[in-house]
Amino acid sequence: MNKVQSNKAWFLVLPMLLLVAFSAIIPLMTVVNYSVQDVFDPNTRFFTGTEWFVAMLNDPALQGALLRQFAFSFTILAIQIPLGIGIALLMPKQGWRASLVLILVTLPLLIPWNVVGSIWQIFTRGDIGLMGWGLRELGYGYNITRNPLDAWATIILMDVWHWTPLIALLCYSGLRSIPEAYYQAARIDRASRWAVFRYIQLPKLTNVLVIGVLLRFMHSFMIYAEPFVLTGGGPGSSTTFLSQSLAIMAIAQFDVGPSAAFSLIYFLIILLVCWVFYTAIMNLQKDKS
Amino acid sequence: MNSSTDTLTSSDRQAERRTDPEAAEAVVPTRVERRTRGGSRGRSRLLLGLYLLFILLPIYWLLNMSFQTNTEILGTLSFWPQELTFENYANIFTDPTWYMGYVNSIGYVLMNMLISILVALPAAYAFSRYRFIGDKHLFFWLLTNLMAPPAVFLLPYFQLYYSVGLFDTHVAVALAHCLFNIPLAVWILEGFMSSVPKEVDETAYIDGYSFPAFFVKIFVPMIRSGIGVTLFFLFMFSWVELLLARTLTATNAQPIASIMTRTSTASGIDWGTLAAAGVLTIIPGIVVVYFVRNHIAKGFALGRT
Amino acid sequence: MAQITLNALAHTYSPDPAGPKDYAIRQMSHVWQQGGAYALLGPSGCGKSTLLNIISGLLEPSDGEVIFDDRIVNALPPEERNIAQVFQFPVIYDTMTVFDNLAFPLRNIKTPEAQIKGKVEEVADILDLTPLLSRKAKNLTADEKQKVSMGRGLVRDDVSAILFDEPLTVIDPQLKWKLRRKLKEIHQRFNITMIYVTHDQLEASTFADKIAVMYEGQVVQFGTPRELFETPAHTFVGYFIGSPGMNFLEVTLTPQGLAFGTLPIPVAPALLEAARHSGSSNIKLGIRPEFIEVSEAPGDETLAVEVEDVQDLGTYAILSFRIGSAAFKARLDEGVSPQGPRAHVRLPAEATHLYIDEYRVEVTQ
Repeated sequence: MNKVQSNKAWFLVLPMLLLVAFSAIIPLMTVVNYSVQDVFDPNTRFFTGTEWFVAMLNDPALQGALLRQFAFSFTILAIQIPLGIGIALLMPKQGWRASLVLILVTLPLLIPWNVVGSIWQIFTRGDIGLMGWGLRELGYGYNITRNPLDAWATIILMDVWHWTPLIALLCYSGLRSIPEAYYQAARIDRASRWAVFRYIQLPKLTNVLVIGVLLRFMHSFMIYAEPFVLTGGGPGSSTTFLSQSLAIMAIAQFDVGPSAAFSLIYFLIILLVCWVFYTAIMNLQKDKS
Repeated sequence: MNSSTDTLTSSDRQAERRTDPEAAEAVVPTRVERRTRGGSRGRSRLLLGLYLLFILLPIYWLLNMSFQTNTEILGTLSFWPQELTFENYANIFTDPTWYMGYVNSIGYVLMNMLISILVALPAAYAFSRYRFIGDKHLFFWLLTNLMAPPAVFLLPYFQLYYSVGLFDTHVAVALAHCLFNIPLAVWILEGFMSSVPKEVDETAYIDGYSFPAFFVKIFVPMIRSGIGVTLFFLFMFSWVELLLARTLTATNAQPIASIMTRTSTASGIDWGTLAAAGVLTIIPGIVVVYFVRNHIAKGFALGRT
Repeated sequence: MAQITLNALAHTYSPDPAGPKDYAIRQMSHVWQQGGAYALLGPSGCGKSTLLNIISGLLEPSDGEVIFDDRIVNALPPEERNIAQVFQFPVIYDTMTVFDNLAFPLRNIKTPEAQIKGKVEEVADILDLTPLLSRKAKNLTADEKQKVSMGRGLVRDDVSAILFDEPLTVIDPQLKWKLRRKLKEIHQRFNITMIYVTHDQLEASTFADKIAVMYEGQVVQFGTPRELFETPAHTFVGYFIGSPGMNFLEVTLTPQGLAFGTLPIPVAPALLEAARHSGSSNIKLGIRPEFIEVSEAPGDETLAVEVEDVQDLGTYAILSFRIGSAAFKARLDEGVSPQGPRAHVRLPAEATHLYIDEYRVEVTQ
C-alpha cells in the first residue's frame, strides 16, 4: 500500500508511545542504573561499571540456567512445530465440528499459567494424579521430585500440552487461506498427499510459522509460573530456568545490582536470537525470489 | 421440465435424442468402482481424537477432583467422584477473600483491554496509513517489548508503582500488562487495517467526514472482527499472566492466581479447593473463545511478517 | 482421448431437494465427441462450473452417469480420470520454477527424468515459455501463470480432455486474444477434447466449434455459433447471444390467428397450427434486430411504429422503437436513418421464430 508521508501521524501514535514508555523505558532505565551500581541501602551506593556483568557471565549457576534454558526452548520447538502443523492438518474445516475442535484446542491457551502448573502438578502426582498413578501402575517408578529426567520430561510434556495449540491455530489459519482451486489442481495433477503438503500447504505456512517460532521461542525463554508450580525448579536446580533464577535473585535475595545486570544480559539474548532468526529467514526468502 | 421437453421440437433436441439411445445400444458402459483410499479419513479422525483426549484429560482430572472431598482425593484414586460434593465451590463462593480474587483479576483484565485497544487503534492506523519520521524504528521498538521477560521488570515495576502510590491497585496491573499487550494490539490491528483499501478513507473524506467521525463511524465498524480478535488476545495474555500481577499487588487487588497459593498450608494442600479454584479460572476463557470462535482462525494470521 | 457422455445427469447441493429449483444441474443428457472444441456458455450461476467439476470428478453427481468412452466413471476421483483442468485464477506452485511446475504432473506418475525433460521442453516451446523455464513461477505475470497451468495439462500424454473454467478472466484484453489463438492451435495439434466454460459469447464463439448454452441448470441449446445466432432454440439463447439480443413479442391465440393486443400478427399456417395444438398460453414471437427491415416509407407487410431513439455505435446504428407497448430494437442498414417520430418496419417471416413455453417451434415447410 502506498502510504502518505505525514509527520502528523505522530499525534496518533503519541498516547500509545507515552503508555508504553511509562511501562518500558522508565523501568528499563532503572535496571540499567542498578546494573552499574552496588546498592547497600537507599543512600549508600557505589559505581561499579561492568563489574556485575562480568560476575554474572561467570556465574556457574546462571550459566547452567542459560544452558538449560536453550535446551528447553529448542526441545519444545522441535516437538511443537511439527506437532502443531500435524494437528492443523487434521482439524476439520467447517461445520459444528470445526467450531468445537477450535474451542477445545484453544482451551489450554486461556488457562492462567500457574493454574497450568497446578493442573499438571495434580495430574502427575503419584498418589492422586491419573498420569503419575498410571505410570506407577505400569511399573515405572515415576517421581518428579526425585528424578531430574522425569521432571524434565514432565515439564516438556506440560509445555507441549500448553502451547502446541498456538502453533496449531496459526497453521490452521494459514491453511484456511489456501483457495480450494489449489487442492483441485493438485488432485488433477495427481499429486500425492505428501506433494500437496510440500508444494501447496507448506509454502503458505511459512509466514505463520515464522511468527509461531518467534512467539514460542520468546515465551519459552520467559517461562516462569508453570515449572515454578510444578517442580519449584527442582530436583536440585535441574529445572530452574532463567526467569526463576532472576526472580530469586531480585525478590528473594534482593541482590539489586547483579540481578539488574543479569536482566539486561537476559533481555539482550532474546533480542539477539530473535533478530538472527528473523534476518536469516528474510534473507532466505530474498534468495529464493 | 419434463413437460417442456415433450413439447419442444427443436432440431438440436431431436439430434440429442437420436444420439442417446444409439450410444447406449452400441456399447454397454462398464461401471468403474471406486478404489478405497485406505480409510485415511478414519485415521485422521482417530489421531485428532487422541490429541483432544490429551488436551482434555488433565482438565478432566482437575474437574474430577474439584467435585471430591479431600478425604476421597487422598484416600482412593477414583476416576469420577464417588460422593459428588459442591463443598469446594461453596467454600470459594462464600469467602470474600476467595471470590474477590476473581473480581480483581477480571477487573484489571478489562481495564487493560480498554486502555490497550483505545491507544492501539489510532497508533495502528498511523502505522498502516502513514509514513512518518522514525516509523519503522518505532514499530521495531514496540515489538521488542513483546520480547521483554516480565521477570526483568519485576523490581523496577515494584519500585515505580510503589513510588507513585499505585501499588496494590488494579490500575497498576492493568498498566504493567500494557508492556506486552499494547505492542501486540498494534501489531494485530495494523495487519487488519492494511487489508482495508485506502480508497475507503479517501471516499469518506470526499463525502465530508472529519477524521474522528470517519474513524469511529466507518473505519472501526469495518474492522470489527479484527478488533474482536485483538480483544481476545488482550484478554488471553492479561488473564494468564501471573508474575507481574502477583508482584504488584498485596491484598486489595490480588489476582485469583496468587490467592490460589493459599491452598498450601502447614497441614498440607487443600486439593479440593485448589482444583475448584482452577476450574473457575478456565471458565472465563471458554466464554471468551466461544464468542470469537468464528474469527480466531483469521486472527491467528496475526497480520503479516 | 475420450468421448464424454453425460447420461440422465443431475446434481443438487441440497441434501433433500424439493423441486427443480434446488438443482444446480437439472436432468440432462449430452455427448461431447472425442476431439471436439466445445464451449459451455451461460450467465453466472447457471451451473456451468458445476457441470465442469462433475466432468473432471471434483464433484460427484447426485443422479445419472458420467461416461468416458465406455466406462462409467462416477466413482473415479479426478486423479484417475486423466483430465486436465485450468481454473479461473491461475494455480501455480509458487516455490517451484516454471520447469518444475510443468514437470510436476509427470513426476507424480514417476516418469523417467529424461523423458520429462523432452516433454516439458516441447510444451514450453508451444506455449512460448522456453525463456522462462528456469524462473520462479511466483514472479510471473498473470498470463504467463495461466499458460503454465495450461502447460501442466498438456505435458501428460494420456489426457482425455482439457477443461477450462473461465481461464481468461484475469488476463489483459490484448493478451486474451493471443491466448485464445494459442488454445485453438493446441487443439488442432493434439486433437484433444476441450471444454471451455465462459460467460462471454465472443470468447465462446471464437474458441469453440460447438457451443452449449446453459440456463438454470440445463443445456438449452447445443449448436454452432451460427445456429445459435440464426435459430435460437430457446428464448434465453435469443436474448443472451447477440448484441443487442433478440426481440420478443408476447402474442395471444385468437380464433383468427395470433395477435399482439388487438394487432393481428400474420404467421405461417403451420406455426399457427403448432401453437393451437400446444394448448399453451405462453406464446412468443422472436426476431433478431439484424433481420428487421426498416424503411422510411410504408411498403409491403410493414408496420408503422413509434421511433424512440437512434443510437449510433460507429459502424452501425441501433434503432429503438415500440410496437404498441413492446420495446424493440433493430439494426439499421447504412444510409437508413428514419427522421421524425414514425418509421416502418417489416418482420420477415423467414427470420421470425415462434416460441411456445420458451422453446422454439420448428415446422418443416
